[in-house]
Amino acid sequence: MLTDTALSAIWLTLRLATVTTLLLFLIGTPIAWWLARTRCWLKAPVGAMVALPLVLPPTVIGFYLLVVMGPQGSIGQLTQALGLGVLPFTFWGLVVGSVLYSMPFVVQPLQNAFDAIGERPLEVAATLRAGPLDTFFTVVLPLARPGFITAGILGFAHTVGEFGVVLMIGGNIPDKTRVVSVQIYDHVEALEYAQAHWLSAGMLAFSFVVLLLLYVFNPNGRQR
Amino acid sequence: MSGSIHARFRVVHDGFQLDVDLQLPGRGVSALFGASGSGKTTCLRAIAGLEHAPGGHLSVNGEVWQDDSRGLFVPVHQRPLGYVFQEASLFPHLSIRRNLEYGMRRVPADERRVSLQHAVDLLGIAPLLDRMPDKLSGGEKQRVAIARALATSPRILLMDEPLAALDLKRKQEILPYLERLHDELEIPLIYVSHAPDEVARLADHLVVLEQGRTIASGPLSETLARLDLPIRLGEDAGVVLEGEIAELDADWHLARVAFAGGSLWVRDSGLPVGRHVRVRILARDISIALEPHADSSILNVLPATVEEMADDTHPALALVKLNADGARLVARITRRSAARLGLRPGRAVWAQIKAVALVG
Repeated sequence: MLTDTALSAIWLTLRLATVTTLLLFLIGTPIAWWLARTRCWLKAPVGAMVALPLVLPPTVIGFYLLVVMGPQGSIGQLTQALGLGVLPFTFWGLVVGSVLYSMPFVVQPLQNAFDAIGERPLEVAATLRAGPLDTFFTVVLPLARPGFITAGILGFAHTVGEFGVVLMIGGNIPDKTRVVSVQIYDHVEALEYAQAHWLSAGMLAFSFVVLLLLYVFNPNGRQR
Repeated sequence: MSGSIHARFRVVHDGFQLDVDLQLPGRGVSALFGASGSGKTTCLRAIAGLEHAPGGHLSVNGEVWQDDSRGLFVPVHQRPLGYVFQEASLFPHLSIRRNLEYGMRRVPADERRVSLQHAVDLLGIAPLLDRMPDKLSGGEKQRVAIARALATSPRILLMDEPLAALDLKRKQEILPYLERLHDELEIPLIYVSHAPDEVARLADHLVVLEQGRTIASGPLSETLARLDLPIRLGEDAGVVLEGEIAELDADWHLARVAFAGGSLWVRDSGLPVGRHVRVRILARDISIALEPHADSSILNVLPATVEEMADDTHPALALVKLNADGARLVARITRRSAARLGLRPGRAVWAQIKAVALVG
């Protein structure tokens, strides 16, 4: 069955995915809104930046994060100056990596949802005396709800499933950075196939249930 | 200036421009009429502030909403206006009641002059309140949209072809409500349309736009009787007369409409004596005779004087403006007939009216 180390890895994974998803809603929503509404020339470059993790090997992202967040890196210098120490090989380092790595899975469904709403409901709200923020919370958010559900599920699930970025910037520290995917790797290295099986089957079941929910709630496809 | 609307806009998009300087009455219905692409919707959107026309000026009954010469542009959500779009555009996630309340709740309590109940009653939508928008027909949705705009107690109501997306039956269903608004509301209504019958029915003031420019602006009957406009209105050229039902002929199912300058018999449509009505007479439905023919099937023959003559679009046709004791009529006849009858301004004639439409 599941050992204490396995349970702690699961707990850590869930915590990481939850924190990452919440942060992605906070960061990704304005980015997606801007991408959906802007006619600025920066739209294409920013869109491409956000989508980069879709095509880059996770090790590349992990490597560069390690460099910039390390003691000599620009972000590392900043975090040290702020008294936060350096982020690699800590939980918050993993959070930073996960946010970047899962960004497109949150931003793209949101952007599609905002696109689909169009200009008209916003104009109607304005003629009904609602200011921009008011309109965002009372019209845009409710109308984009399917997009938020999709974004949340994908962002969460994708963070749970990450491995390369974690290994690069988190290493393998019990209770701090050893998430389920890394734990499975450990078990296999140590030829503990039974334990590897339990965790792997758990991940398999989890991923299936998540995607099932996604398709049940958004039967028109995940782009809604 | 109080009691009127002044709008001056100059918008240049690629391939399109709007250049208008309008003075509209501070109450009643002003129609912005024109073909698609004439700029009427852009003009309405500029009045609402949905489109910012740089260098523009707009004041509504004494309140300045836009004056770019001193950097003033009141954002849409701070303008006390009601706007009805071509598609009803109800919020799909809110019930009809919540849709109606959306705007009303954002208006300070002491500025609410129209109660929700009044708006609901005016548009006859009480049975729909607890439904969701996707359960309504197109006509019902549009009525809700109008009530929703009204419930914000606007100082001006703007409507962008509210009937254009509806079929004829739904149109007939909504028009009576619009007429009711016209009769009961104290606020000005600006109505964009490309349908002459809607304009004839609802408008008091007519603005004709063509390629982004105003080619006519004035009281409805006066403007419709202008001879330089029928050319542009084509087959729909005609005048509108206002009068009231003076007499009913039960035997023949006819009603007599009396207006300044005479009266006309129309089909009895069940309206009571005394009811204020409008009749529309198309130019192609008037012929001209020098004698009052008693041996013709034509029911309505009015004595009139030729006031003005002009060429029509086709070289065979001419337009003749008649003065029937104060009421202006426009007749479209062939130029040969005009020559044969020796028509010229001042000549006394008989206007034979083949068809009269009661438009409300």
